[in-house]
Amino acid sequence: MSTTIEPTVRVETRRQPMPPRERLEQIFDIQDLDAIYSGKPAVKGVTMEVYKNLVTAIIGPSGCGKSTYIRCLNRMNDLITGFTQTGTIRYHGQDICGSDVDAVAVRRNIGMVFQRPNPFPKSIHDNVAWGMKVLGIRDDINARVERALTQAALWDEVKDRLKASALSLSGGQQQRLCIARAIAVEPDVVLMDEPASALDPIATQAIEELMHNLKSEYTFVIVTHNMQQAARVADMTAFFSISHGGEGQRWGELVEYDATEKIFTAPSDKRTEDYVTGRFG
Amino acid sequence: MSAQEVQRSVLRVEGLARRKAVNRTMELLAWVSALIAVAILGIVVYSVARRGLPALNLDLLTKDPIPFSLTNQPQGLRNAFVGTLVIVSLATLMALPFGILVAIYLNEFAPASIRNVVTMVLDILNGVPAIVIGIFVFGLFVVGHGQSGWAGSFALACLMLPLVARSTMEVLALVPNSLREASLGLGVARWRTTLSIVLPQTIGGILTGTVLAVARVAGETAPLLFVSSFVGTKTSWNPLHALQSIPVAIFELSESPDPADHARAWAAAFVLLMFILFASLGARWLATRSRRKIMGR
Repeated sequence: MSTTIEPTVRVETRRQPMPPRERLEQIFDIQDLDAIYSGKPAVKGVTMEVYKNLVTAIIGPSGCGKSTYIRCLNRMNDLITGFTQTGTIRYHGQDICGSDVDAVAVRRNIGMVFQRPNPFPKSIHDNVAWGMKVLGIRDDINARVERALTQAALWDEVKDRLKASALSLSGGQQQRLCIARAIAVEPDVVLMDEPASALDPIATQAIEELMHNLKSEYTFVIVTHNMQQAARVADMTAFFSISHGGEGQRWGELVEYDATEKIFTAPSDKRTEDYVTGRFG
Repeated sequence: MSAQEVQRSVLRVEGLARRKAVNRTMELLAWVSALIAVAILGIVVYSVARRGLPALNLDLLTKDPIPFSLTNQPQGLRNAFVGTLVIVSLATLMALPFGILVAIYLNEFAPASIRNVVTMVLDILNGVPAIVIGIFVFGLFVVGHGQSGWAGSFALACLMLPLVARSTMEVLALVPNSLREASLGLGVARWRTTLSIVLPQTIGGILTGTVLAVARVAGETAPLLFVSSFVGTKTSWNPLHALQSIPVAIFELSESPDPADHARAWAAAFVLLMFILFASLGARWLATRSRRKIMGR
């Protein structure tokens, strides 16, 4: 019986080599971010940059604050009572955390796709078109709907029933519809909070492919607890882990952030290595 | 030891017979209580129907009353039916927008501390006796100005407001947060999200609450005695004057010496009861339908 540990993750090679980080354009510059729910820290001391036109993956075990962190990036946590955050998040150099910053404008530029597909109880067409109309995009609605649905790899499946209720679609189709809805309003960044966690492998593959195809136009930040997924789609990967303090306190923190190849083949932190090789306790 | 004996000894429990007896008694008590609750409604409906049905005819709805009539001229309670229609419609127009706005504020915008306080205030308002509301409106609008239909509407609206607001809050809470997040995540403002995404989900539920509130206040007598009861026998649609209403008419007719008046009071009571029964049933139907719609089934 062999006792060698097979590497559980193989990094695909179709990704183009990344230019050096100094030459990449920063979209987010996050400094010392703490996210706190009613006095209990969920994430502490995150400092990282997110680069333009790359897919950045956030991986880590359950409860490490991945979702909380990504929701800080477009002020989605504003809606949660008792939530506070400290530190700064600069978006294209502008602080977006202040109370004088309009959260609606932030979200207009930084869209979001959620863990569970949440289409509006409207028709397929209206799901994509409603946001555009409300946000003031009024010309060529039909062409834009078609483009967004095509980009989300859904057009061929729904082009004959655009009037049908979005709720009649399968889970994977609903999630791709949500992605179409998010990119139809032409945001700058698309945040994805475990977009494939409720999907089967084929739908997952479709979503990964669309990220790969669309990253020349958008910047993606994706939370995933699926390491293979991060290895497949991400250019940069951030590994979060859980830290324990006194009195049973626990919070998430950023352990390592680097090019995906590096994280999965030569991590510099022991915790990262344990996690990506499946030895995480 | 036979298999049966083994089983018996394994399953033996201390005081089992007594437990079974207690269990059976409690179950029976609960069952009888439920039966009595149903029976009370049945008896009320039956007795009102038995006395009201003989006097129920078209004249009741289409003819005005003739006071101290010594002839057998056909007469009815048209003024009361029209009055109730006007008063309750106006009350609904007043209470509905306020109730919905209160619910939207509390459920969508208010911080938890304010929401808890105002919800409690609504529950207290819901528990305020109707006669107290009547005195309040009497002091506010009737003293120095005289009775009027719209003062009656205002009193009923005060009673409807907490009912509409609470039932709207309940359906708003049923709308999944993921829908709000979907809209906000697109960069849509909160008011727009509430108006275009959340509210359309709740229309059925709001309608249900409104119908129940209407059914509840249509039978209110106490506040109307104070603010809209000195009325003539002519039908009037003008809420600036005091308007007759069904409950007040029933109350007044019941004090009349004429047995024909009593019969008409019973008939009016029967109509009111039927309206409330069917409104409640319709509301239940609407509620299940809209709940199913929100849950996406």
